[in-house]
Amino acid sequence: METGFTLSNTIAAILTIGIISFLWKDNPLYKLCESLFVGVSAGYWFVSLYYQNLLPKLFDTLGLTQLFTSADIEPGAIQILINEGRVDNSFLYLIAGILGALMLTRLIPNLGWISRWPLAFIVGTTSGLYFTTYFQSNAMAQLRSTILPLDSIGNVVIVIGTVCGLVYFYFSKEHKGVMGGAARVGVWFLMITFGASFGYTVMSRMSLLIGRFDFIFSTWLGLTG
Amino acid sequence: MQRLLGIFLIIGFLFPLTWISESFAQENPAFDDSAGITIAPPTNVKAYDHPGDAGGAIVVEWDLSPQDHPENDLILGYEIFRAVYPDGEYESIGVASPGHTSYMDANAEDEHEYIYKVTATSGNGPSATAISNPAGSSPEWINFGMTNLFIIGLIICSSVIYFIMHAKKGGKLFLRKIGGLEAIDDAIGRATEMGRPILFIPGIHDMDDVQTIAGLTILNYIAKKVAEYDSRLHVPVCRSIVMTTARESIKEAYLSAGRPDAYSDDFVHYVTDEQFGYVAAVDGVMVREKPATCFYLGAFFAESLIMAETGNSIGAIQIAGTAMPAQLPFFVAACDYTLIGEELFAASAYLSGEPKQLGSLKGQDVGKVIAMAAIGVGVLVETIYVISGSSAIGNLSSFIKNLFVLG
Repeated sequence: METGFTLSNTIAAILTIGIISFLWKDNPLYKLCESLFVGVSAGYWFVSLYYQNLLPKLFDTLGLTQLFTSADIEPGAIQILINEGRVDNSFLYLIAGILGALMLTRLIPNLGWISRWPLAFIVGTTSGLYFTTYFQSNAMAQLRSTILPLDSIGNVVIVIGTVCGLVYFYFSKEHKGVMGGAARVGVWFLMITFGASFGYTVMSRMSLLIGRFDFIFSTWLGLTG
Repeated sequence: MQRLLGIFLIIGFLFPLTWISESFAQENPAFDDSAGITIAPPTNVKAYDHPGDAGGAIVVEWDLSPQDHPENDLILGYEIFRAVYPDGEYESIGVASPGHTSYMDANAEDEHEYIYKVTATSGNGPSATAISNPAGSSPEWINFGMTNLFIIGLIICSSVIYFIMHAKKGGKLFLRKIGGLEAIDDAIGRATEMGRPILFIPGIHDMDDVQTIAGLTILNYIAKKVAEYDSRLHVPVCRSIVMTTARESIKEAYLSAGRPDAYSDDFVHYVTDEQFGYVAAVDGVMVREKPATCFYLGAFFAESLIMAETGNSIGAIQIAGTAMPAQLPFFVAACDYTLIGEELFAASAYLSGEPKQLGSLKGQDVGKVIAMAAIGVGVLVETIYVISGSSAIGNLSSFIKNLFVLG
């Protein structure tokens, strides 16, 4: 990375300081950085989504780009249909395009209800696709790993922690008596896990902060080696 | 003179020996000069279509080279070559570590048949090769390796459908109270009394995440209360589809509360897809509008602590809920109430009272009972096996464990 008071380093340093200044209080510099960040990122995402999704996955695949421009791209579904007389599987992308276009019916008050169809498609398809993978990784693999002989303290802790955790997340019975006791043990396991996770993540955030300070003091100001 | 003749004789004897040795090593790479032994190739190389997939994968198996022992480190690995059958050229497609007897070629094309050869690699180069039978890949309709997943899934799904039908017929489904839910009404009431808005953050994932869906279901309940109390709601989002759905949900809530006139699209507004740009904007909203109550219900990542800490600094009552294990510690630390993992989905079902959600939750509880029973039986059998060493118990233990392994 280029060091010193270059234009890009100076802008980056001022923006970094502007964002960090929020720790003091809300101030005009933070507001400027916030607005800049939101505006630039929203614009960036729009362009990024267009060039990474809409253009290559829909327009190029269907052959619309090839139809209206002289861009040197592989033939799309329309070109294959015209040149080879064959209906290519890529035409399936048209369904996605139509579903996407249906989202825009939100803009027409009387037809706004149609936009629920693509939403239903997204939610339903995702649920179906994730069912097996989640069930495999979050349920079956965990169960398999918990079936352990009770011949060591570690194994006993794993088995008790898992069973009590399951009891805590069992909603069909009040947490009273034995169930209540087991659920409390389950919560203790959860809290100990959260504590360990908290410490671990805070340390990783510290390294991010150190990275920004290193940029300001070393890369920009050149104060340290 | 005799000494000179001796030197010539020694040189004359050693030189051809060295030359023969080098030539032999070059011509036959299986000869390991350093160890002084021949590296035997792997044997019995077989190739077959990977079962139960959508095609495009062939499994190559072999028997280890006789020199492949963990203690001698002689074999560095196995290199797998592939050629289109019958007359294609071989190309290297991957390597396998020592001790491994299989490799999956995941880049096969269904219209071709391939032939594979496998070499054992030592410090001095590859061994001789062993060649497989020709094999092709093809898609299968059913993956029988996942039969156990199918059966367990079928049991749980049947339970879900049964409970949904039961709830639809008006049957009562008991759900225990979830800590934090009662606080929702109090938090909305407090915001109304203070004349400050309520901030709702539905996470940073899109509508394809079930956590976002659960969050928006709870938003519907909150919006209904907000409409009844005539309070103010502010929902900044970072996904366009979430914005659409959130507006839909709030509009429906205002309608059912009998106040459609009070609804405005401005309750929900898109900020940016960029994670930290979104956080910067939400933090700005918090310190400027000073909401009395902040809800964080959905899928969160690194932004969770930043937002929850800012909410804490302005003295807002905070209720969070997420199933992201890495973010739960931050919400637990910084918020007044936290719905942990599945409690988020349970809260959604509890508040909505929808038969589908209630039935789904009850069906999942059946799954949890099965899981606890399986763990109990499995642990008991495994422990008895370790104590007794009985092979019959060992077989039973393996059977139970294999119930949860996918082929």
